[in-house]
Amino acid sequence: MNGFFDIPSDLQSSYAGLIGGHMLEALVPVLVGLLLALPIGLLCVRFGWIYPPVLWTTTVLYAIPSIAFFVVLIDYTGLSRTTVMIPLCLYSLVVIVPAVVDGVRSVPEETNAAAAAMGIGTVRRYLQVQLPIAVPAIMAGLRVATASSISLVSVGSLIGNQGALGNLLTTAMLYHRPLLAVNSVVTTAVLAVLIDALLVLLQRVLTPWQPPSSRRAGRGRSTIPGPTRTPESVS
Amino acid sequence: MNVLNFMQSFFSDGSHWHGYDGIPQRVWEHIQYTAGALSIAAAVGLPIGLVTGHTGRGGNALAFVSAGARALPTFGLLVLMFVWLGLGIVPVMIPLVVLAIPPILITTYEAIRTVDPSPVDAARGMGMAERKILFQVEVPAALPLILSGLRSAAIQIVSTATIAAYVSLGGVGRYILDGLYQRNYEKVAGGAALTAVLALLVLVLFWAITRVAVSPGVRRRRTV
Repeated sequence: MNGFFDIPSDLQSSYAGLIGGHMLEALVPVLVGLLLALPIGLLCVRFGWIYPPVLWTTTVLYAIPSIAFFVVLIDYTGLSRTTVMIPLCLYSLVVIVPAVVDGVRSVPEETNAAAAAMGIGTVRRYLQVQLPIAVPAIMAGLRVATASSISLVSVGSLIGNQGALGNLLTTAMLYHRPLLAVNSVVTTAVLAVLIDALLVLLQRVLTPWQPPSSRRAGRGRSTIPGPTRTPESVS
Repeated sequence: MNVLNFMQSFFSDGSHWHGYDGIPQRVWEHIQYTAGALSIAAAVGLPIGLVTGHTGRGGNALAFVSAGARALPTFGLLVLMFVWLGLGIVPVMIPLVVLAIPPILITTYEAIRTVDPSPVDAARGMGMAERKILFQVEVPAALPLILSGLRSAAIQIVSTATIAAYVSLGGVGRYILDGLYQRNYEKVAGGAALTAVLALLVLVLFWAITRVAVSPGVRRRRTV
């Protein structure tokens, strides 16, 4: 009962079950965040004046610690996974919306003009011309959002058995079994790295026109994926 | 039933304003954690970012390290350090520093690296020493971006330092966590409001630092 993968029965999940729950709680919010961020980003690019207020609202929301969010939400969604997923979704919006806006804004004017001249309408132009070109920028944001989301799920263990791998942490504290905490941290980190690698692969697939060697760019160009305006993340 | 009502009753309760569990004491603890973690992270991240940015070497290693640091769950790290090292300030500082280093490191590297190469070449052509080029040409030009990296790190620390309360330390997270266990939503809302206010204060502080420290010529060009 002291092996690395032995999970105490009070967690009511196997090791694989915890991982599955963790993935569900971490990735669904990012996906929802991405789906919400695409139309919001479109609006922010079309009507420049709504971008600053959107940015301010999301930054203030970001500054609220997730535990506080959970407690406010318990009244509405109970001690459930939804309560953990709603704040995570909001946090990923904060990272993804600027990434979408920056990416779409970086589309060359000639490209937009060419698309307009070919008679491609606004929505189709957004989906078929601007978004594909913005993929590297959006992916950078998505990677940051995913990493922080995977890390944040653990905090859900503060509101009962909702933190997936984070539940191991509370049990580790309760019974003073450091190995459980090690398991939780290592597994979470490995998951984050694996998912990040998958996202990098996905980006390669989505941007076939970019040779891998272009990642090693000269001075004055960014070599590191990730928005330079690092988002203000939270616990 | 309203969050604003909760906040109002929390802040208007006189007993919350003094003593060991008073707002000034908790806020002061929170500021101490934040300042401590930010100083350590800056002491580690800034020099490395400046040197790698100047030489242009080690960017991939940097990306790797910061991705790794980002993958580490902050809350998990906190509990792990607590279980290993016991109660104290060190187990709280380690996760906060690990959290703050990637934004500082990456932004500093990027800031120095994306400085317009022509003034740098001009300085080199005039025979300036490399160290002088870094501190007199590149750093002033890159300062807005470097400060924005520090600002992100500071805000992350402010809102993450609330979890220090989970391992029996202070800070405004105390209110959130105690309120959670006592089902006292006034406390939770008050603690959350204090965190948000502290985060906004960090924004204001960095805005002020940018006004003072960034040379007007650089500021005019960067209207971000």
